[in-house]
Amino acid sequence: MAETKTELLSRSIFKRNPIALLVLGICSALAVTGQMNTALVMSICVTFVVSFSSLTISIVRYQIPNSVRIGIQITVIATLVIIVDQLLKAFLFDLSKQLSIYVGLIITNCIVMGRAEGFAMSNPPVPSFIDGIGNGMGYGFILMSVAFIRELLGSGSLFGYEVLQLTTNGGWYLRNSFLVLPASAFFLIALLIWLLRTIDPSQQEEN
Amino acid sequence: MKFLSRFIENAGKFFEKGQPLEKLYPLYEAFDSFLFGSNQTTKQAPHIRDSIDLKRIMTTVLIALIPCTFMALWNTGYQANQLIAELGTGVPGGWRGSIMTAVGCDPHSVLSNLTYGALYFLPIYVVTMVVGSFWEGVFNLVRGHEFSEAFLVTGLLFSLSLPPDIPLWQVAVGISFGLVFAKEVFGGVGRNFMNPALASRAFLYFAYPAQMTGDTVWNAVDGVSSATPLGQIAAAAPGQPLDTLSFSWVQSFLGTIPGSMGETSTLACLFGAAVLLVTRIAPWRVIAAGLLGAILCSCFFYFSTNDANPLWAIPPHHHLVYGGFAFGLVFMATDPVSAAHTAMGQWIYGILVGVLAIMIRVANPAYPEGIMLAILLGNIFAPLFDFFVIQANIKRRILRNG
Repeated sequence: MAETKTELLSRSIFKRNPIALLVLGICSALAVTGQMNTALVMSICVTFVVSFSSLTISIVRYQIPNSVRIGIQITVIATLVIIVDQLLKAFLFDLSKQLSIYVGLIITNCIVMGRAEGFAMSNPPVPSFIDGIGNGMGYGFILMSVAFIRELLGSGSLFGYEVLQLTTNGGWYLRNSFLVLPASAFFLIALLIWLLRTIDPSQQEEN
Repeated sequence: MKFLSRFIENAGKFFEKGQPLEKLYPLYEAFDSFLFGSNQTTKQAPHIRDSIDLKRIMTTVLIALIPCTFMALWNTGYQANQLIAELGTGVPGGWRGSIMTAVGCDPHSVLSNLTYGALYFLPIYVVTMVVGSFWEGVFNLVRGHEFSEAFLVTGLLFSLSLPPDIPLWQVAVGISFGLVFAKEVFGGVGRNFMNPALASRAFLYFAYPAQMTGDTVWNAVDGVSSATPLGQIAAAAPGQPLDTLSFSWVQSFLGTIPGSMGETSTLACLFGAAVLLVTRIAPWRVIAAGLLGAILCSCFFYFSTNDANPLWAIPPHHHLVYGGFAFGLVFMATDPVSAAHTAMGQWIYGILVGVLAIMIRVANPAYPEGIMLAILLGNIFAPLFDFFVIQANIKRRILRNG
């Protein structure tokens, strides 16, 4: 049964979230979620790359020889990532410094490859494009949720603006240094997966 | 007593399957068995008659912890009273001060020391138990598990491993994290692959380093700094001999030094170790291998001298009495759930814990003490060791018997 376009979009965000259900793209989710603005920029970059790579690959899917398809997918993805990287360097240099190699590493982000190989290769361009946007947004949804908790409780701020005044600035809030460490995102992602699977039990594995 | 027993028996029928309070059965069961013991018996064969059960194991561990708890109370008070006498500030203010005025702050009085220590230890312990019981209760009621005495041990170990000056809300946050993430999400008692008390402590260690390892946390006097032996050595000038520092080996052995509350006294840990080994609750191989690993590793550092780092010059017998090494090895590393189970696995696990504890302590400038991280790493590797030991055994038997 084919899904409608809204279903395709919304299901990619909640029903089969790339991080929470497919458990892809974890490493960048740990690395860039210390602050809301890096997480937001990263989400936008990934959404852009995954949607346009899916679109492009879907358009040329009948021309791609099966034996070299991974190489061609990577070429398309790498081109898009370099465009994104150059744009960031040109217009948001500070953020691009903070994101450092993680923008370049979108090339190896499993979500992008996964959607290209798993969806775009066997579906028409428009659904592939929507699927890409949905997966990018699903990735962004997890990233933003994790970054919200990590930045709020770890640094007392949101998007760099102080929300909870830290004791180091004469305030009352003692920051939780654990949440500044990237490893803390593991626990937060685990909690989010727990929450999603409680709301929607069909995501649980069968025993 | 008979009346109470009959009352609880009668109340029991409301908690049975299909009755209105069915969901609260674990709570009823915990209360009943806490007061009277269980009257359920195994009905199907095979029967193993043994008086040792989980409840008795945990109670024995609690008994083994009595010397450490006593030292925690006494030494916390002793350190504080000594500082107060040195500074000449008199009895401190606050609610603790108003109780202390009744006893007086005198480092030579056992009563004064115990009272002062209790005023710092008991609030931490009570917070641990209340918050811990809450989480334990929530998960047990939802899952229909029985309450286990294991939590009493976890709670006491966690309280003993904290510095006296820690804020109480951090205690609550720490035990919540440790119980939920290290124990309950994996299925509760007996299914945790990590020691929940240590996981709680490790969380606090990374979350609030200033309150866990800062200069002013090791004594129960506000705003006064005092350093643990390892802290002093790390801060000492290179080449400074050990005996110029303000404590001796005997002091570290007896535990009259600043440190986390329960771990200062190696002697008290030895009493605990004796109880656990005689009752065979702690696997002796883990303790022996841990000692072996620590001695080997500290000998290596001691004999390959490095003048730039004073920690390298600590002699092996000093390593064994400093920091939480003894406490961790006796009570935490031997946790029957998270340690390795096979004999060979226990040797490898113990050596790994011992070597890592000394290595982190000496070679890593960021962490003055390494036993906590060493045991947690050991816990993670323990199932792997067991797996390989079992596989090797299967292979050997196939070769032998075809």
